[in-house]
Amino acid sequence: MALSLAVFVQIIVAVLLVIGLMVGNAVVMVYVERKACGFIQRRPGPFEVGPRGLLQAVCDSMKLLGKQIFVPGNIDWPLHFLAPVVAFLPVLLLYLPIPFGPYLTSLQVDDGILLILAFAGLGAVSNILAGWSSNNKYGLLGAARAVAQSVAYEIPMIMALLAVIFMTGTMNLTTLVEGQGGWPWQWNIVRQPLACFIYVVCLVAETNRAPFDLPEAESELTAGFHTEYSGMGFALFFLSEYANMLLVSFVCAVFFLGGWRGPFLDGFWWTFAKAYAIMFFIVWIRWTFPRVRFDQLLNLNWKWLLPLSILNLWLTAVVVKLAN
Amino acid sequence: MSPEPHPAQSEILPPLINLKPVNWFFDVNRAMSLWPVTFGLACCAIEMMAVSMTRFDIARFGAEVFRPSIRQADLMMVTGTVTKKMAPAVVRLYEQMPAPKFVLACGNCAISGGPFKFEGQYGIVEGVDQLIPVDVYVPGCPPRPEAILEGVFSIQEKITGRRWWPGPEEMPSDPAPPAKAAT
Repeated sequence: MALSLAVFVQIIVAVLLVIGLMVGNAVVMVYVERKACGFIQRRPGPFEVGPRGLLQAVCDSMKLLGKQIFVPGNIDWPLHFLAPVVAFLPVLLLYLPIPFGPYLTSLQVDDGILLILAFAGLGAVSNILAGWSSNNKYGLLGAARAVAQSVAYEIPMIMALLAVIFMTGTMNLTTLVEGQGGWPWQWNIVRQPLACFIYVVCLVAETNRAPFDLPEAESELTAGFHTEYSGMGFALFFLSEYANMLLVSFVCAVFFLGGWRGPFLDGFWWTFAKAYAIMFFIVWIRWTFPRVRFDQLLNLNWKWLLPLSILNLWLTAVVVKLAN
Repeated sequence: MSPEPHPAQSEILPPLINLKPVNWFFDVNRAMSLWPVTFGLACCAIEMMAVSMTRFDIARFGAEVFRPSIRQADLMMVTGTVTKKMAPAVVRLYEQMPAPKFVLACGNCAISGGPFKFEGQYGIVEGVDQLIPVDVYVPGCPPRPEAILEGVFSIQEKITGRRWWPGPEEMPSDPAPPAKAAT
């Protein structure tokens, strides 16, 4: 693909739109999360700031903007300031191959999912930078946990996606969506239910969300790898966490839930509706399940998800071979 | 090569844009999102938990995000007796908090030593304001959750210069309970 001017302009516009999507998503999800938490615990949640508390997330972000940036003593300061940026920037790239709608794809990449999986690993790098550079024992412990967790859960995640790739024979996300139909029984979740289950479990663990939020477990590690970050550093970590959640939800919608195809009127609204349904699911289980212990987390991965995903991959390969 | 050790930078710089509307805007945002630190000393902390739970629900005013790390918190509720053993930790926590920071002394012990203040006592700090500056005092032993809410409103009033929510005297009185059907 020649990098012509049109492609360049397209990428610039796409990146700007993605930044808008990320910020808007964080504002909406902070509100949704606190409201959902409130309703689950039988209280109204944010209610008085703005109509029905709608301005709450805006106030929070403005407050974080105005907060003092506290630089702790004896930190590794280049890395300390680099870590939130490293958490934030790769996510911009990850949104480029996602097909939001039939024509709404920032960049047509043949190996779109490969690009996403390769650069999603940078999230763990930002966590370990943050934990290491903070000169804080809780930060370091949180970073160690974050790396162990995301390295472990990436493997069954890739195996689950690989089963779908074996079945459909493509890594291009647009082709993947076109291979599925509009109705729910034509989606890949029907043909690969185990892969979808494994992917959803890994999705929660990869984004460090409860019940797998061990890297920032409040009762054990104060705030884990972002213990020493105040103001905008913390806000950037928060932003990239929500952006990562949305990204894995989009990948799940594209791979298993038929992307932009719906029972009627195909379009980007189906992708967004499915992705936000998964986002709500993540919020829901966060406020429903208690946190697991770290050994339980790793045992679940190495003893259950990994063998199951290998079995699933092997079965898929056999069936594909026989069917051909 | 390890970097040169350097002390923490925690000085509070004067605002670059010192305009009244801008300051007012940020002050209102600060007042509407006071994140308390997860920090309790004695039985008043139980009331602090109650105020974030179902019936009182401090979340309505945007102050339910209890941050475990002091770096991300704005409001320190000193809930309970400050012993001399605990005093260095309280001071240290206060010093670690980034700048727009507010302290709410909650309960008689944190205000003045409360029931532990008597001649010859040796273990209690008689009032947390001997250690750190306090913005709002909430009396009670322990204070009701409504009183803690009122303390948070007072901090909001102190930040922005106006009271945001109607007080109890301005609220419409409760409607009469429905008459019970004769049995």
